[in-house]
Amino acid sequence: MSKMHVKFTLNGQDVEGLAEPRTLLIHFLRETLNVTGPHIGCETSHCGACTVDMDGKSVKSCTVFVGQADGRQITTVEGLTNADGSLGVIQEMFREHHGLQCGFCTPGMITRAHRLLQENPNPTEEEVRFGIAGNLCRCTGYQNIVKAILASAEQLNAMKEAAE
Amino acid sequence: MIPAGFEYHRPADLTSAIGILQEHGDEARVVAGGHSLIPMMKLRMAELGHLIDLQDIDAMKGIAVGGDTVTIGAMTTQHELIVHDGLGAALPILREAALQIADPQVRYVGTIGGNVANGDPGNDMPGLMQCLNARFDLTGPDGSRQVAARDFYEAAYFTAREDEEILTAIIIPIPAPGTGSAYIKQKRKIGDYATAAAAVLVGDGTASVAMTNLADTPIWSEAAGAALAAGDIDGCAAAMLGAIDPQEDMRGPVAFKKHVAAVVLRRAIDSALSRRS
Ligand SMILES: Cc1cc2nc3c(=O)[nH]c(=O)nc-3n(C[C@H](O)[C@H](O)[C@H](O)COP(=O)(O)OP(=O)(O)OC[C@H]3O[C@@H](n4cnc5c(N)ncnc54)[C@H](O)[C@@H]3O)c2cc1C
Ligand code: FES
Ligand code: FES
Repeated sequence: MSKMHVKFTLNGQDVEGLAEPRTLLIHFLRETLNVTGPHIGCETSHCGACTVDMDGKSVKSCTVFVGQADGRQITTVEGLTNADGSLGVIQEMFREHHGLQCGFCTPGMITRAHRLLQENPNPTEEEVRFGIAGNLCRCTGYQNIVKAILASAEQLNAMKEAAE
Repeated sequence: MIPAGFEYHRPADLTSAIGILQEHGDEARVVAGGHSLIPMMKLRMAELGHLIDLQDIDAMKGIAVGGDTVTIGAMTTQHELIVHDGLGAALPILREAALQIADPQVRYVGTIGGNVANGDPGNDMPGLMQCLNARFDLTGPDGSRQVAARDFYEAAYFTAREDEEILTAIIIPIPAPGTGSAYIKQKRKIGDYATAAAAVLVGDGTASVAMTNLADTPIWSEAAGAALAAGDIDGCAAAMLGAIDPQEDMRGPVAFKKHVAAVVLRRAIDSALSRRS
């Protein structure tokens, strides 16, 4: 099968490469572009470890073909750090509130939390739980993940207010 | 979990997409959100030579709320159904059902067109579309035709759509003011397909009832609707439970499924009646 040329924006930078059309976005990210933040947990569209942000939507990159991603804007957990490379607010809150144990689900969780808080800057606990229902964690029991996301919301809102 | 190889196409309009379907016959399949098709391709349960991505066809997107009907482009995502402004008022049951489908990531990309065209008895929209008496707009090489949702489903994964036709839009009549509606779904966990689900509309002397994942097609029962319209809840339940034909699978044995079906149906009827005004 001949390869196709793929081009998209990844964490603010233009990237391109050749790939067979059957290549899944997660494999292109991890194996061709060496961007290994997004993980492969189940490979069956269930766990959310492979979540990336594509044109402002959280998507499971194990269930997207590279061709479908052509021309899009993609953000992975690597793109959620501050400009100087230090941890971004959500990343910092996950650290502070023990929102991870083994850390396998964390890149997907944080990328999903980012989109959730963009859409709903003041979520209730229930809205956070409903909003991360597509991300499975086998370690934490979710309590501290929910805490970390609620704390991120608070901090992001405080920063927004301070800037205004 | 790597699918077999295929050629990828991304046509800019409907005519080109139909052209590619015609050229490659049953070697070609369209992809919308891909969240039913890609998992099947990864399992090698679907193999195809040509994948036609519909994402650039703007004419297949969008929601138009009219006076009597709502028209929804097939490429409209579940997420777009949920956040749309006017749709929640015109067809609250659509939002209620969409929120019970899968999880946020799947709802961002999964489309209403893919959900109804797929033909999987587990999909939630087909039963709801039968309850609402929706019509599907199909366009092929010879032009367009409409098929009622109630005539569309033939068997699991077999529908009235011809291989060279594309489902472009769904047209749903808006129920009369005061009609109560409810979509109740029992699932093993969030993100799961239904063990059983019921869609109920009940108005002034009118009613419509359909159920999901209890046969190899969705089940709309005219007799159940007629009984409920006449205020006969027991008669409605008896007609509906007589019409379903659940099979044993990992969601449970037949007796259990019938039990769950009876429970969700009662809940949906109660809820729809309580919302009637
Ligand atoms: C983890 C998970 C959980 C899920 N849970 C649920 C659930 O609870 N309830 C539920 O209903 N669904 C569920 N789904 C399925 C999901 O809603 C799918 O997105 C949906 O069934 C199909 O929509 P799609 O746009 O992704 O279609 P695709 O996967 O792109 O297509 C599905 C089929 O329809 C055909 N098709 C698509 N669009 C058209 C068109 N316009 N014209 C003609 N043919 C077309 C394709 O060729 C393919 O055969 C789940 C999926 C996942 C991965
Ligand atoms: S690896 Fe994609 S959802 Fe699990
Ligand atoms: S921290 Fe281990 S899976 Fe979530």
